[in-house]
Amino acid sequence: MDREAILKKFEPNLSNILYIMHDLQDNNPQRYLAKEDIEVCAEYLNVPYSYVHSVASFYTMFSLKPRGKNIIRLCESPPCHLMGARSLLDYLKTSLKVDVGGTTKDGVFTLETTSCLGACGVAPAMMLNDEMFGNLTAEKVDSILDQRRKEI
Amino acid sequence: MNLVRNHVLISIDAGTIMAGARAVEKALVDEIGKQGLAGEIAVLETGSIGATGQGVVIVVYPEGLYYANVAPEDAHEIVEEHLLKGRPVKRLMMTEMPKQQVIRKGKTGLLKEQPRIVLKNSGVINPENIDEYIAAGGYEAIERAFTELKPAGVIKEVKDSGLVGRGGAAFTTGMKWDFASRAPGQPKYIICNADEGEPGTFKDRLILEGDPHKLIEGMMLAAYAFGGSKGFIYIRGEYALSIERLEKAIQQARDYGILGDNILESGFSFDLAVMKGAGAYVCGEETALIESLEGKRGHPRNKPPYPVTEGLWGKPTVVNNVETLANVPEIIRHGAAWYRGYGTEKCPGTKVYTIIGNVATPGLIEAEMGTTLRDIIYEYAGGIKAGKQFKGALVGGAAGAFLGPEMLDAQMDFVNLREYAAVLGSGAILVMDEHTDIVDMLQSVLHFFKHESCGHCVPCRLGTKELVEIIDQIADGKGKAGDIEKMVKISEVMRDTSFCPLGQSLNLPISSALKYFKDEVYGRVPAAV
Amino acid sequence: MIRATINNVEIEVPEGTTILWAAKKAGFTIPTLCNHPDLPPGGQCGICVVEIEGLPGLKRACMTPIGEGFKIKTHTPRIQATRRQLVELILSDHDTSCLTCVKNNNCELQQLAATVGINTVDYKNESRKKHPIDHSSVAIVRDPNKCILCGRCLTVCSQVQTVNALAVNHRGSETLISTAFDAGLGNSVCINCGQCVVHCPVGALYERSATEEVWEALHDPDKFVVVQEAPAVRVMLGEEFGMPVGTLVSGKMHAALRRMGFDAVLDTNFAADLTIMEEGTELISRLTSGKNLPLITSCSPGWIKFMETFFHDMIPHMSTAKSPQQMFGALAKTYYAKEKGIDPAKIVSVSIMPCTAKKFECLRPEMNASGYRDVDYVLTSREIGRMMREAGIDMNEMPDEHADPILGEYTGAATIFGATGGVMEAAVRSAYALVTGKELEDVEITPVRGLKGIKEAEIDIEGTKVKVAVAHSCGHARALLEKVQDQMRKDGKSEYQFIEVMACPGGCVGGGGQSWGSNMAKRARRGESLYAEDRSLPMRRSHENPEVQAAYEKFLEKPNSEKAHKLLHTHYFKRSAVDGKILPG
Repeated sequence: MDREAILKKFEPNLSNILYIMHDLQDNNPQRYLAKEDIEVCAEYLNVPYSYVHSVASFYTMFSLKPRGKNIIRLCESPPCHLMGARSLLDYLKTSLKVDVGGTTKDGVFTLETTSCLGACGVAPAMMLNDEMFGNLTAEKVDSILDQRRKEI
Repeated sequence: MNLVRNHVLISIDAGTIMAGARAVEKALVDEIGKQGLAGEIAVLETGSIGATGQGVVIVVYPEGLYYANVAPEDAHEIVEEHLLKGRPVKRLMMTEMPKQQVIRKGKTGLLKEQPRIVLKNSGVINPENIDEYIAAGGYEAIERAFTELKPAGVIKEVKDSGLVGRGGAAFTTGMKWDFASRAPGQPKYIICNADEGEPGTFKDRLILEGDPHKLIEGMMLAAYAFGGSKGFIYIRGEYALSIERLEKAIQQARDYGILGDNILESGFSFDLAVMKGAGAYVCGEETALIESLEGKRGHPRNKPPYPVTEGLWGKPTVVNNVETLANVPEIIRHGAAWYRGYGTEKCPGTKVYTIIGNVATPGLIEAEMGTTLRDIIYEYAGGIKAGKQFKGALVGGAAGAFLGPEMLDAQMDFVNLREYAAVLGSGAILVMDEHTDIVDMLQSVLHFFKHESCGHCVPCRLGTKELVEIIDQIADGKGKAGDIEKMVKISEVMRDTSFCPLGQSLNLPISSALKYFKDEVYGRVPAAV
Repeated sequence: MIRATINNVEIEVPEGTTILWAAKKAGFTIPTLCNHPDLPPGGQCGICVVEIEGLPGLKRACMTPIGEGFKIKTHTPRIQATRRQLVELILSDHDTSCLTCVKNNNCELQQLAATVGINTVDYKNESRKKHPIDHSSVAIVRDPNKCILCGRCLTVCSQVQTVNALAVNHRGSETLISTAFDAGLGNSVCINCGQCVVHCPVGALYERSATEEVWEALHDPDKFVVVQEAPAVRVMLGEEFGMPVGTLVSGKMHAALRRMGFDAVLDTNFAADLTIMEEGTELISRLTSGKNLPLITSCSPGWIKFMETFFHDMIPHMSTAKSPQQMFGALAKTYYAKEKGIDPAKIVSVSIMPCTAKKFECLRPEMNASGYRDVDYVLTSREIGRMMREAGIDMNEMPDEHADPILGEYTGAATIFGATGGVMEAAVRSAYALVTGKELEDVEITPVRGLKGIKEAEIDIEGTKVKVAVAHSCGHARALLEKVQDQMRKDGKSEYQFIEVMACPGGCVGGGGQSWGSNMAKRARRGESLYAEDRSLPMRRSHENPEVQAAYEKFLEKPNSEKAHKLLHTHYFKRSAVDGKILPG
């Protein structure tokens, strides 16, 4: 979908800015808000370019840098921490050969950490794009990521 | 006409979906079809039944039998053995049943059970079907409000019920509505704060997923009472299923004429919109949430003015938490006196908790106000996992308090917890067993705060940063004498001078950790010379 | 009225007064850092906290209105300890290389640390990031390592100026005040007004200095260095030498510059009078033709870039007259060189400005009408103050001297250019004479004076009514222009025929090149001082300036002549609202 079509889905009210940015980001193949995305959003809502950037940079669900095809968001809040999130993070860093915020060489995964996802009953938990996964172990993470690799 | 002889309820919530509930549902329907039972057995979707971490859960009625960790390949066995031949599949039966009742200790010390209030319909009705909500008594309250109570009567009923906000500040809900009703300015707004982000908390998500119409009715009652005409549900961006179900529910309500202009010929017009957040814990603070709703960075505003006089777009605005609003329809339906039959005299009603961590059956429960932490852990959550010892609990999430064993018998309500009262709101109870390292947990709490500080004010922005540096050193075995005193000092400055509750509340986990686990924490730094 | 006590001192103040102001009334100055008297309080720093008896916690004095019966304490042990902790935290996150900082001795954080008595900083803040200094702008340098995130710069940039070059980005300990995508001020919509600079409490924002280059020229015997000084400089420069705010030092300034070694000490005020001749003539011709009205003034380079970026459909309405600085520059290397028999290639043209945007203006590629860079270096008032001190000059000791001919004479109409409404007033004084052939009885047009954001007046030129408006600060200019656009859309014309806009609040006296810690009270006093000079001068109308008359006779022929157009007029560009760059076409 082109950017114009996304914008047209919403009334040009400032209160729609988060929705618009969610959609622009989802539409961007590199899963981030590029300068062009910020620009069209600013123009559509009739607010300064720097304002849109400022708002986007506040919320963790938006990225202003290109990312991989799939975003891993591992929760590191206390409940997941208690249930072993840190060793899982170490495992992910080693197996994907990236640091937090990094993208794998093949561009398939970007590793991020996040605050509580509200899936504490199945801690440790993570999101892979829009999907939630819980009761994670190293093996389970491997199979989830393998599955995703196969899908592309 | 076929008579349905069995109902199979399948719990569809974010947790069970990730465990594969949709595939199981499909397998069951296919298998029932294959066995020629399609007319006799109905498969129904419902919200969370309260248990978490047990994979896909289904309940077969009329037996009321729970199966857990069900996989698609189990469908054949369940249908053939149980539904066709009437022989329950033992290996899949749930060992610990989730408590679907509010447990109360009577004078005799014996436990008795009462129906739930907030979670009454969760895991019972199909949340995607408005008819089921109506069949369960839904939208009766708004009708009573229109015909009998009128706005002033609703405010009085809610005031009399003693309901206080479940978001943390424990402000009397009826008073808030009263203030808003008197505030000059039009239009007036009701906002439901569903930006649940306190670590360990997911009660609002399960209420939204399990019974979205209850929230809609609660918001209608609030708006009707104080003169609101438009409502917003600000919901965190990660709660995809909640958003989907709410939007569906709102549409159904519109189709039934329950939302819109001149609702049920009452002269009252009201509509709702769902707004999606984008990842900022601080937006759980009501003024930050309003800023975010207006399309800004989620920076808290200075108070006063409070939102009831100057809120969304400068208009009078009531911000209520999901759980608070979900209490309202039952209060209006049954009356304040009935509601006061729950909980304690000073703190009526129930509280919804998410109990997690090192417990046997983590999940969502509803307990009376005043229930002890011990009962919550041992009666509802099956005690400590794997027979370990209780060490402590982090109650109220990251902005909460570390409580030690001496607090096990403290009554959990806003009055009794005194300095810890604020922690009750989130309802998160993270239970830690004997192997837990308190410094390690405190480190995780402080990292959370550093990550979620909005950065506006000096004490919070730089205080969290400095605290993280110190705790990282201590956790790493490189702590120095005086480090802990320094942490206390920073957290006190943050408590006294932070712009909003986020920075102010960080003192609580630090001071409580030092109160209940002093020796352990001080043991990690060299003694002062 | 509200009655309360502050440290046991009883006070009575109007309802809504903040504790901060009430305390001043009781004789106590509560320390502040992020607060600025002209800007709404943001409450970032927490330094101003006080105790109110019976209320829990500490309250920010800057944003808490005083309540009836409040018993307030402003320096209890708890408050003192808290303030020290906060200052220590701020210092832990600050590049404390104070001795080499441009704001050394003028820094509000430095003063605060001394006031609350900081001897050590307990916090290490080892994870503090080192940020690159933003040198992308030709006018303004930004050093994020010095920034304390008080938010004053972005409040003034977004709310007062409505430019929005700066914004607060990211969050928590990663928070950074910067341009979008950290592209740098030079690649943003920044109009170089420098209001961020004069509002910054620390050394995070300052002008791109030209002092080294000017020293080099002064020391070069082969160069002929001419200097011009803007009207507003003569009412600020005294402050650099400890004189009361607004002290008028025109004569002392000329003497000091002469002693620094400038070969010719001339005056921008000459060019201001010249501007009135050009712009006044343009006004009359537009009033006669009825085309492209209202005419809008073009002296303020911050305003020009603002207009090019956000209102480029108004370009046809802009006066094509260059600013006095650039008119002066074009004449210095042509008319002046010719009359004085100096090779223009050897002339170094320096201007002293209350302005940072002038640094951008002199580098605009089209500003080369003389065949050379018309103005080579622009120094802010602050920079020339530093240079004078380095040269051992004390303004207090200077005699009063006149500027050199033939670009040094000026009238009272020129000197009021430095205050908002001054250009309008000067233009009316001359336009009246040009149209009617008679002189105005009373040259003082008071409705266009003062600090009201948008001022209006109706001028009666022998029966012809001319409706004028004056706006200062780009925020007010935006509001006025939106009104004009709206009127033109609806009625095909605006109610106004002539509009003056100055980018900075208060006009040039409040420019971004003026003293650190500028506020509206200081700006008002400087403006008053300019009006006082106007009253004291023998000539108060631009067309009376004999050197201006001579320039036309000997060189320019007449106002708006072909030669005048070539040298004294300019054109404008459409700019992008994303990066401020010139748009194609």
